Amino acid sequence: MNQYLSKQVADLKPSGIRKFFDLAAQMDDVISLGVGEPDFVTPWTFIEQSFHALEQGYTSYTENAGMIELREQISGYLQKHYALDYQPDDQVIVTVGASQAIDLALRTIVNPGDEVIVVEPSFVAYVPAISLAGGTPVTIQTKAEDAFKLKPEQIEEAITPNTKAIMLCNPNNPTGTFLTKDELEPLAAVIEKHDLIVLSDEIYAELTYDENYTSFPSIARMKERTILISGFSKAFAMTGWRLGYATGPAELISAMVKIHQYTMMCAPTMAQHAALEALKNGRQSLQDMVDSYKQRRNFIVSSLNEIGLDCPNPGGAFYAFPSIQATGLTSAEFAEELLQEEQVAVVPGDVFGANGEGYIRCSYATSLKQLDEAMERMKRFVTKRLEKAPVHAEASN
Amino acid sequence: MMEHEVELLKLIEKNANLSVDKLAKLMGKKPAEIEEMIAHLEEKKAILGYSTLIDWAKVANEEEVTAMVDVKVTPARGVGFDKVAERIYRFPEVKAVYLMSGAYDLSVSVRGNTMMEIGRFISEKLSTLESVLSTTTHFVLKKYKHDGIILEDEDDDDKRIVVSP
Repeated sequence: MNQYLSKQVADLKPSGIRKFFDLAAQMDDVISLGVGEPDFVTPWTFIEQSFHALEQGYTSYTENAGMIELREQISGYLQKHYALDYQPDDQVIVTVGASQAIDLALRTIVNPGDEVIVVEPSFVAYVPAISLAGGTPVTIQTKAEDAFKLKPEQIEEAITPNTKAIMLCNPNNPTGTFLTKDELEPLAAVIEKHDLIVLSDEIYAELTYDENYTSFPSIARMKERTILISGFSKAFAMTGWRLGYATGPAELISAMVKIHQYTMMCAPTMAQHAALEALKNGRQSLQDMVDSYKQRRNFIVSSLNEIGLDCPNPGGAFYAFPSIQATGLTSAEFAEELLQEEQVAVVPGDVFGANGEGYIRCSYATSLKQLDEAMERMKRFVTKRLEKAPVHAEASN
Repeated sequence: MMEHEVELLKLIEKNANLSVDKLAKLMGKKPAEIEEMIAHLEEKKAILGYSTLIDWAKVANEEEVTAMVDVKVTPARGVGFDKVAERIYRFPEVKAVYLMSGAYDLSVSVRGNTMMEIGRFISEKLSTLESVLSTTTHFVLKKYKHDGIILEDEDDDDKRIVVSP
């Protein structure tokens, strides 16, 4: 049947994560640090509010751009926390997860041949989403010695006459790298100089632990060229509800709404009601989860370093991204052997980009009990490897 | 109170079984610092004890009965309700005593092995105290949640897929 596939789809590479998922799913007693979502169940009050909305008969479509009450809440939330001013009526769209917002944003701005810059290691969906939108992905490889932080000169090097846009993800999945205002401003200068559009994926914005978060469009003159993408999945533990949003200049958002109305109609109504409750009354739940992530981050980072895997302290998201180079294994070998021998699932870093080779992504969105057990198992595994590869072990110290 | 003391208290309130080493790692501190904080908090009685929440219904031959007793009392001049509260909370059968707003004065939680035992305590000890005007006893039939913990929460498996982007 392959001859019937569109060329675009046939050319898409299957996700490296998928392969690993299939392997892990067959095994018993797996402790997974491979999950890119919170371990918390959605706070009860959001669920209960969604029940209530269903009981009240809110089972029909909403406006294409999402319920106006929800867009008002999103607007108010961005104003309150990030000093951003977006009009609920034409600068906010509610989407089916941030993933759909990424797809809509790309389809809104990309013409065939346009290049869109992706900063690797990156979330696995950016590159295929750009291709599906008809664009050409151009990747930048951040460097381990820069703590995987994007440098302005790297953007300069990637720019060609065809460059249309750049995708930023702060804090980053998979590295947990967090860029502060001082680090974002030089990037903004290059972006302005070359007149790029920015797709700023800020889905992990609430999950930062040491310093205040700066939303990219809040940087001077960036709002008019940025589509801010976020959602409820990570901060409010609502991944399965599939609810995200985008904000930006009215012309771009209304173009996104146009695609959305023909391809999706609207985001699920019951999820929109739950999200409304999240923004109105979810602050304490969110704070409790953030406190817990921070503690677990401290725990996993110090454990990984103790084991002998060099791991810098990630400023955000819920991922640690330790180097496994001391073991002498590739990322894929490490992940596969660890899974087979100790039943711990981590994601090999190379699935997030070539420069992720030599690293693994460990999600700490897992109970402390499970994390503790996972670290014990990894310690056994790594100790054996370090004995075999003493030279590497020394080099990492 | 310092912010990190509050963090420590919240952690051990949820799980008093965490080792000092683990607490140190979770909070990004040294074990010695944690020990010092705990000693300090114990000394000023912010930490009063370490208990374990047990579902006695699951332990054979160790069933227990709990009653919540609404008690109306006459407060005494100068000491208010404190004196009579003390007379009541000194009894080992009494597990909790609260001064309440509303229709009665003291809420007293009493625990015993049988309903008879509790009945005897209330009629012989509690209601015969001089300042006690009346008692209304409510027996607990089933515990669903206690101190923030759901007792029969069997469906707490991780429902996430094993690996996701």
